[in-house]
Amino acid sequence: MEIVLYSVIALALLGLVLAAVLYVVAQKFKVQEDPRIDEIVALLPGANCGGCGYPGCRGLASAFVSATDISGLKCPASSAETMKKIGAILGQEVVESEPKIAVVRCNGSCQNRPKVNRYDGAQSCAFAATLSAGDTNCSFGCLGHGDCVAACRFDAISINPETGLPVVDDSKCVACGACVKACPKGIIELRNRGKKDRRLFVSCVNKDKGAVARKACTAACIGCGKCAKVCAFEAITVENNVAYIDFEKCKMCRKCAAECPTGAIHEVNFPPRPPKAEATEEKPVQTNA
Amino acid sequence: MFKTFKIGGVHPEANKLSAAKAIVDAQLPKVAIIPLAQHIGAPANAVVQKGDKVKVGQLIGEANGFVSANIHSSVSGTVSKVDLAVDVAGFKKPAVFIDVEGDEWLETIDRTDTLIEEIKDDAKTIVGKIKDAGIVGMGGATFPAHVKLAIPEGKKADFLIINGVECEPYLTADHRLMLEKSAELIVGVKILMKAINVTKAYIGIEANKPDAISKLTDLCAKEQGIEVVPLKLKYPQGGEKQLINAVSGREVPSGKLPIDAGAVVQNVGTAFAVYEAVQKNKPLIERIVTVTGDTVATPSNFRARIGTPVAELIAAAGGDVEKSGKIISGGPMMGKAMANLESTVTKGTSGILMLSEEKAVRPEAGPCIRCAKCVDACPMGLEPYLLMQYSQRQMWAEDEANHIMDCIECGCCIFSCPAKRPILDYVRLGKNTVGKIIRSRKQ
Repeated sequence: MEIVLYSVIALALLGLVLAAVLYVVAQKFKVQEDPRIDEIVALLPGANCGGCGYPGCRGLASAFVSATDISGLKCPASSAETMKKIGAILGQEVVESEPKIAVVRCNGSCQNRPKVNRYDGAQSCAFAATLSAGDTNCSFGCLGHGDCVAACRFDAISINPETGLPVVDDSKCVACGACVKACPKGIIELRNRGKKDRRLFVSCVNKDKGAVARKACTAACIGCGKCAKVCAFEAITVENNVAYIDFEKCKMCRKCAAECPTGAIHEVNFPPRPPKAEATEEKPVQTNA
Repeated sequence: MFKTFKIGGVHPEANKLSAAKAIVDAQLPKVAIIPLAQHIGAPANAVVQKGDKVKVGQLIGEANGFVSANIHSSVSGTVSKVDLAVDVAGFKKPAVFIDVEGDEWLETIDRTDTLIEEIKDDAKTIVGKIKDAGIVGMGGATFPAHVKLAIPEGKKADFLIINGVECEPYLTADHRLMLEKSAELIVGVKILMKAINVTKAYIGIEANKPDAISKLTDLCAKEQGIEVVPLKLKYPQGGEKQLINAVSGREVPSGKLPIDAGAVVQNVGTAFAVYEAVQKNKPLIERIVTVTGDTVATPSNFRARIGTPVAELIAAAGGDVEKSGKIISGGPMMGKAMANLESTVTKGTSGILMLSEEKAVRPEAGPCIRCAKCVDACPMGLEPYLLMQYSQRQMWAEDEANHIMDCIECGCCIFSCPAKRPILDYVRLGKNTVGKIIRSRKQ
């Protein structure tokens, strides 16, 4: 019986001594961290996507806390609500910014853009882009190996097996910009979400001359400038044979889309056109963004 | 005992189908499309305009900077436009389009076959002539030759190495050149020796070309300081650093150039072009192109003008495009699969290889089992499997620390991989990215 007693006492004493040592050490080497960092981290999505430009969510939280002016800081993946809460923690006003979404500016599906060769190298857009212009005659379009899909931490982008093009999921995309950075062709752009998620954009980045671009892809922007002429808000510019709609100026009137001869301008989440516009009836409303 | 380089290397099947075929002149094209960027470095600036009449040998593109090369017209006719043309990879690059009319050469060019042995020019004039003639490395890398011949201050070349290895399977352009233009080649070597002021030159030739070895050895017997070095068969012996090691036993330090090991390496094709430029005043307007492969009816060696459409050469050799799974510009190991057949012969087109579907297809990759066959095969002593995985994970700093920039992209790693993993694809991606990072750091 004695041996049990001695063991218990010895272990208890050892435990007490070690606990005391640990306590002293913990006090002496305590890391003084602003408790607000943890509060902010709890609010952030925790995906560590890097869309803010800081190393992970904690990095952004520390930046928030140490910054005197937080107007330049923003978690692109968080809602305006969350940003307000973060502002409240820090006692600062948060500048509200328009929510954004990633759009894929290429409509070179297998149907629109015939394949002229076969690529059998590594499944990486970044590598394929250094090797050749791609498996079609368009050297600007989507390569379809899915670097954007791999880069997305929110499972918001996927390759449509039918078209071979990436599709952005409206409900999941937080516009962190990871896909924009991952795309070697610079096809993906962050644009304003617009009212009711409505978007209007030129779904092409082909800088070739009209005839060359059209030959490579039936849905290419040929830089004809009809859209720019019809736009009442000067939102459309044509540069290097490709049109671009400035989303800050665009009023979503959709006149340009009706005018476009190749259907390169995409309208997403709009109601179907009124039947009176007979001339534009032939063109189906594009719903793949 | 034949010499060879120390580490790594593989033994692909040689398949020199066209080795016995004499060089024939390819037909003149109807329209020559001459790209302005045929070399490593800045593209040349066009000096002709639409409607200009040009003669063979006339300057049409002026070198833009030190690392750049002049471009000359390879045909006579009228410039129809200066516009973008698709290159081998499918990218659109500036080029001069010439409608061919007749075959009128500049009067200054000596078109006779007489061998001119006496070298009148001094070193500076020689390098100047080489620069004016727009000569680039003819082995395929297309590095401007005059840059290599300009020895940097404080460094000294001990010897010249002439690369007649042609270790790429299928290709026979250099082999045929060594056989048919041996005497001219030797004069070219002497010119190069004079240009870099050395008294010793080695011509490295692999043992599978015994006819070339014996012919050049006979010719060199009466020359001072030129020695033919027969080499054991091993790929990539034609790599600059491997060849220096094989011939002299010296090693080029990591990140350094051959001149740091006291060597200057030039291809046999370059040496011949140098002979023509210096002795005959003829700029680089044509080259030997091997058209070969298992879907080619008569594998051939053509002397083709720069700017000849690839499709015309394929037709001349009886190549079956439909049956081919892949058409490659260059050899099977380092060549580039063509994205289209619209491109034309450039200064670096050493061959056009057509492979059938079965030969061309890349099997599906399996998992890496760390067998280290790629490590054994790598002639640069790298760990390809590791570099691949770093690149896949975008760990560029680790790539750099593991000397990814030393990779010569020879493809021994993929060739030796039992799982057929796309090792080199990812190593190239890593090399590209790390190269960009290093360049941006310097700025």
